Amino acid sequence: MKERTKLGIIIAVFLGAYYIPWNHPTVRQAGLEAFLMLQDYARLHVLTCLIPAFFIAGAISVFVSQASVLKYFGAQANRILSYSVASVSGTILAVCSCTVLPLFAGIYTRGAGIGPATAFLYSGPAINVLAIILTGRVLGWQLGVARAVGAVSFAVITGLLMALIFRKDDADRTNGSFVLPDEEDRSRRLWQDTVYMLTMVLILIFAAWAKPAPDATGLWPFIFSIKWYIVIALFILLGVILKSWFSREELKNWVNATWWFMKQIFPLLVGGVLVAGFLLGRPGYPALIPESYIQVLVGGNSLWANLFASVAGAFMYFATLTEVPILQGLLGTGMGQGPALALLLAGPALSLPSMIVIGSVMGLKKTAVFCAIIIVLSTAAGMIFGWIMG
Amino acid sequence: MDIKILGTGCAKCQQTEKLVREVLDETGVVAQVEKVADIKSITKYGVMLTPAVVVDGEVKIVGKIPKKEDIKSWLGK
Repeated sequence: MKERTKLGIIIAVFLGAYYIPWNHPTVRQAGLEAFLMLQDYARLHVLTCLIPAFFIAGAISVFVSQASVLKYFGAQANRILSYSVASVSGTILAVCSCTVLPLFAGIYTRGAGIGPATAFLYSGPAINVLAIILTGRVLGWQLGVARAVGAVSFAVITGLLMALIFRKDDADRTNGSFVLPDEEDRSRRLWQDTVYMLTMVLILIFAAWAKPAPDATGLWPFIFSIKWYIVIALFILLGVILKSWFSREELKNWVNATWWFMKQIFPLLVGGVLVAGFLLGRPGYPALIPESYIQVLVGGNSLWANLFASVAGAFMYFATLTEVPILQGLLGTGMGQGPALALLLAGPALSLPSMIVIGSVMGLKKTAVFCAIIIVLSTAAGMIFGWIMG
Repeated sequence: MDIKILGTGCAKCQQTEKLVREVLDETGVVAQVEKVADIKSITKYGVMLTPAVVVDGEVKIVGKIPKKEDIKSWLGK
């Protein structure tokens, strides 16, 4: 960080402390909401959702071979495979958003070209495993599923459109091969890795099993009543798996990778929750921004609301996962389901800073077209989703 | 000896640079260390996953933080 930036931050904090009318009832209420929302996250989501999700993300980054995915992005790779892999590989390659841009630049300039590169650029940040899990958990499974499906299908559409529009101009491309990460010796078979990942996913699912409605009958409340026994059994299974299939070194790497994600993402998420709580409050509680403003801007499911959400999402920068509490606040203050999806689809993939980097790689014109495609697609998806959710 | 650390500024890249400098101090090897953050320059090396370390023009590791022993072996120690 530059010294000048530090000074800027200190001055901003000072001016905020000096001039914000902290005594005003609305500001007091907003400040309280910020911490109540943080408490909600701490009580509801950290132990049963985020921590298991971090371990899963850590496991993916250590045990899933990245080399095996990257080879589908080479210059000689089969096009159809390139597109399919690009649209889904964000789940395993892009847990940290800072890895997306170098991958994109690599695929664009040395590998499979603009189509798969933009497909990956679009889907990567939106479908990483942490984002999908937290979206489904906090905002409801419908939005979680819609986000995943929307991100994957639009990635392919965006990639194909980009390849079609710019089919003539593939200048400035250096042909060369990638340096792939080393394939590590595999002591386990694929099914063993699958069982291991699946056990963790099941722990996540059952630990987070929601309380059924009071009059519900059948399987759902039955599973709820025994969920902790299932979780304990799964933990014992996981312990056995770890002891018998993994070496100490591998376990250490896994814990380290998990710790890396936590260190990187937790502070940002806490900040995001506080800001969302301060500005928007928990669902059903007012905070700084009056609900009527939100309802006018992004309420209902009009074309205007969806378009506004898409454009705002495209320019705004969301640190990893912070889009979730912000959307929770917006939904609680009257945002429609459609605009929420539009923001989720346009938001994490694009931001002003990332546009600048993308622009430096593929030029202003292509970047503008890319952003326009995403805004149009997100708006359309928002309209359709809002109409389905009625 | 010329060492380049490729990374966009994420935490792992900073950790990599720190480790390389530590090993240089410990072993007393004199080398020029340069941090490369520009994405286009990074791509020129064929690197898609950061952090990466390049020693005398040769890419030594991609996509993860090297271990100290790895760094020592690249330095010929």
